[in-house]
Amino acid sequence: MTKENIVTLKSPYRDDFEINGYRFGKGEKTCCIVGAMRGNEVQQLYVCSQIIRALSNIEKKGDLAHGKQIMVIPSLNPFSMNIQRRFWSVDNTDLNRMFPGDANGKTTQRIAAGIFDFIKEYQYGIQFTSFYISGDFIPHVRMMDTEHKNIGLANLFGLPYILLRKPKPFDTATLNFNWQNSDTSAFSVYTNETEHIDEESAHIAVGAVLRFLSRMGVIKYQSHGGYMATTLEEEHLMSVHAQSGGIYRRIKQPGDEVEQGEAMAEILDPFEGTVIEEIKAPANGIVFFAHKSPLVLENSVVYKIIKRLHI
Amino acid sequence: MLQDVVSVSLPVNERMRIKKNHFEPYNLTGNEKRICIVTGIHGDELEGQYVCYELIRRLSENGHLLNGIVDIYPSMNPLGMDSIKREMPIFDLDMNMIFPGSETGAVAEHIAAAIMNDIKGADICIDIHASNIFLREIPQVRISKETAPKLLPYAKMLNVDFIWVHSSVTVMEATLSHSLNKAGTPTLVAEMGVGMRITKSYGDQLLDGIFNLMSKMGIWAGETRNVSHPIVSTDGNVSLIYSDTSGIFMPTIKHWAGISKGDHIGDILDPLTGTVEQEIFAPCSGIVFTLREYPVVYEGSLLARILGGC
Ligand SMILES: [Zn+2]
Repeated sequence: MTKENIVTLKSPYRDDFEINGYRFGKGEKTCCIVGAMRGNEVQQLYVCSQIIRALSNIEKKGDLAHGKQIMVIPSLNPFSMNIQRRFWSVDNTDLNRMFPGDANGKTTQRIAAGIFDFIKEYQYGIQFTSFYISGDFIPHVRMMDTEHKNIGLANLFGLPYILLRKPKPFDTATLNFNWQNSDTSAFSVYTNETEHIDEESAHIAVGAVLRFLSRMGVIKYQSHGGYMATTLEEEHLMSVHAQSGGIYRRIKQPGDEVEQGEAMAEILDPFEGTVIEEIKAPANGIVFFAHKSPLVLENSVVYKIIKRLHI
Repeated sequence: MLQDVVSVSLPVNERMRIKKNHFEPYNLTGNEKRICIVTGIHGDELEGQYVCYELIRRLSENGHLLNGIVDIYPSMNPLGMDSIKREMPIFDLDMNMIFPGSETGAVAEHIAAAIMNDIKGADICIDIHASNIFLREIPQVRISKETAPKLLPYAKMLNVDFIWVHSSVTVMEATLSHSLNKAGTPTLVAEMGVGMRITKSYGDQLLDGIFNLMSKMGIWAGETRNVSHPIVSTDGNVSLIYSDTSGIFMPTIKHWAGISKGDHIGDILDPLTGTVEQEIFAPCSGIVFTLREYPVVYEGSLLARILGGC
């Protein structure tokens, strides 16, 4: 394992901004794994740190394949995390809207360009990330639905679901989209936490990456089989909206099965404590995404459900 | 007439409301032209506030001179404006990246769709922006190459100093202006001044332009002033100057002033060591239409834009 510097930027008042990567093995640029790009992605940082820990043990045992290298970049944005801001510490722009970047452009474009130049030649790209709406997901692999997608490879993670997303305009400036565009097989892996550490789903995520690497012949690692993934299209997920604002009481969790008409959550009057709305499942299915905050606004998407078609 | 465009219940005893002030002639014929004046999508941009106030004041006093419909939306992002925040609070989302929205989408998308529905069908829309807290801009209209044939005649009526015809970028497809133009409502983006401040002279200049435009479109029958002939330019004639280091930027030039190639534009200083980290010189001759206002810079911070090209 070698620790390397990928991007350095001088700050007027703080230590230099640095992005560090950990390299395992030598040779062909096989797989690159990136973690927290936003300052609140603590779970994503944690997952990468655990992958680095696992890979260095694998390396010690001599179980890295010859002629292949793995790069892990646990944090792309330590500056924002250290001051507890989600986006870039100076102008609040989102680094994940700056790809492929511009080496002669503005600060965040330069950072994105520095990262992208370094990682674009890897064959496989895995990113741990979070959604722009806060809440929890079933662990899944997410890919942009472009002609470059490779569902067969996404299956090798052994996670229960693969989600295909049709790119919207802003997606064209994300790392995942640009990775795919430059012929890297790119996967975003979602676990069910962001701001807090969830050991169980972190463990699932680390296991999924090691399973992928071992199935691709990059490492020798004894893993149990995992799931045969179900592939979903994002637009086929069913959104459940809140009709009122208030205090939110979640009943169903990601992964739970629900029956049509079953109570999924309650919204309480914030002053009087009475239930002003009971959110009911609109169909039989499985909870894919669940709103987490204890407060909710009218019209919020509080759940996304995988509708059950085959029962 | 005050109207709610869209409202959403917040968690604790409050509704967020996007409001507009609607003006129409005393006797409606049904054939009136309609103009929409929109501002405050970015909560830290306040230059449009004075424009809305003054426009509404004059319209209220001169209702008899109105031959068309004027809808004025002073605050598209009321929670952001009220909390000194550029983005939409709660979601930390740039509101100008979610259009045209979706009626069945999440909260922000739903709001965006309601705004689109309210403006759609107008004969012209002007979306007033105020740069950001980092950069000061002269009054200008920005339009994309694709929309230039249709929008340039309107843009020239607005009494701005400069019209920037820029190439399109995919991420800009989610702006209000792009979405409205795509939906058939001609929409101009006006940029002027600087974030968190109001420059009255710029506001007065744009107001003369808005009344001129309304007059040309048959919406306003009152007096108008002569408007300026703006410089029209494409990306090719715009040079950008970025900082190569971090520190404090102290300009030595004035905004909207002519400079020659090689002129000293300013310095990047280190306040801890008392040294000049970088001296900045003009890469070409021209006029400085964008000048950095916020002194703290990083490598890659934009310092100035020069109209002239190299
Ligand atoms: Zn703006």
